[in-house]
Amino acid sequence: MIETAIDVPLPVHDELSAPYWAALEEGRHVFARCSVCRNAWLPPRRECPRCLEPAWTWETASGAARLISWVVYHIAFHPAFKGRLPYTVAIVELAEGPRLISNLVDVDDPERLQIDQPLRLTIERERDVAVPRYRPETC
Amino acid sequence: MRSTAVIAGIGHTTYGAHEGRSTVSLNVEAIRNALVDANVEKDAVDGLFVKFPTSAIEFTYGQKVAEAIGLQPRIGGVWDQGGAANIGMIMFAAMAIEAGQCEIAVVSFADNPKTGSRGGIAKAMGPDEVFGWFGAAAGYAMIARRHMQQWGTTRDQLGAVAVNARTNALANPRAQLRKPLALGEYRASRPIVAPLTRDDCCLVSDGGAAVVVMSAARARSLDVPEPVPILGFGQGQTSWNVEQRPDLTSTMAARAAQTAFAMAGLRPADIDVAQLYDCFTIVPIVTLEDYGFVKPGQGGAFIESEGIGIDGALPLNTSGGLLSETGMPGMQLVIEGVRQMRGTSTSQVPGARNCIVSNQGGIMHTHATLILGEAR
Repeated sequence: MIETAIDVPLPVHDELSAPYWAALEEGRHVFARCSVCRNAWLPPRRECPRCLEPAWTWETASGAARLISWVVYHIAFHPAFKGRLPYTVAIVELAEGPRLISNLVDVDDPERLQIDQPLRLTIERERDVAVPRYRPETC
Repeated sequence: MRSTAVIAGIGHTTYGAHEGRSTVSLNVEAIRNALVDANVEKDAVDGLFVKFPTSAIEFTYGQKVAEAIGLQPRIGGVWDQGGAANIGMIMFAAMAIEAGQCEIAVVSFADNPKTGSRGGIAKAMGPDEVFGWFGAAAGYAMIARRHMQQWGTTRDQLGAVAVNARTNALANPRAQLRKPLALGEYRASRPIVAPLTRDDCCLVSDGGAAVVVMSAARARSLDVPEPVPILGFGQGQTSWNVEQRPDLTSTMAARAAQTAFAMAGLRPADIDVAQLYDCFTIVPIVTLEDYGFVKPGQGGAFIESEGIGIDGALPLNTSGGLLSETGMPGMQLVIEGVRQMRGTSTSQVPGARNCIVSNQGGIMHTHATLILGEAR
């Protein structure tokens, strides 16, 4: 079989999400904080899902997080990931509350991870985009 | 208060591959068979509720099915709740009948993801493709992982769900997958998205299935041979995407079941047999907990110690479920519930009087519960 190079699909930068990706380029991982009810969330949405107000600002995350759950892909659902198998995708909860999908890096054996274990942000490059990933927190 | 509606007829196509058949054609075959089973003339039908197929999204799909069966319904359309839609539509049909909006409703579903497009189940989930986040299996694997670590649920307990489904499929000549599965083989099943392996995942199937719903009084006046009473129903919608869900290990299935049990005037202890949506092995375990058959976290242990076979504490998925009968999203579970209440299942639970059926969709985003009573 002839393997053709297929790139990892990159996130869409639209008006709503552009500041999120721009902050990562500057080394900051940001989330949305409601100016009215102080709720915090990701991914960006125009209205606060708690009080429905459209008034909110970007806030920089501390980088501290915990592991809610994780999975290990053994088959590729997209050809760009064939060469990365097996790879780990996690649900990560920031210390500030918002949750996101990310990857775990620097993990020797993903089957030995523990739910709720502390994680730390590491910003990596996926081609020309800076993306937030997480590594186990070392005490 | 209990519903006054009954399921008057059931029908389906064969399960597996239907190369070249349109989903409309599969719907027509299922509906024809359901009408024959109910002993009802097509022209008496005045409600038509259809779940749209995932292989190709079409607008006003319900009207395409209506056209293909030569029907101009008083009420009908397409209902989207993912895999919760079939029970969702049966509920809607029962309520429409009680509200005088129609008298005889057909609820139908057909899809052909096996020979047609599979885009609906393998697609990326939201804007997170860059992380390699694809496919429904991964969402359920997130739930399974958290459940296993939080509650001590084991691979063997997941395996017991898969083995039970296959055991029941072996007795069911209609089942798509009738190759024996032992726990040892399950343990060696190849990983897809760990902790889930191939044998934790449901089938991909073409096919159609339909039921006829009417009032019990109408069924009597039409001499419907074996009407099965609808005792209760309910819904609950978890809504949050799996990564945003505050609790990964319980869902709004709890609310759906509370509503259905209250309507039926029954408790979990009154249920003799259950058909619980099993797109992945973790789902019946979570559903047993959400439904109140066991305490949170005890679903896996219950399956292992109390048993879900025909002679177990709660016989489960007696036709093979999504894991082994057909991967279609839920109508086959309703049909098997009807067969249990008629006493005609290929894995009949002796003396079964009440059956609970669950449907759920997305990554446990939506849930619908149906409680059926003995045919009379």
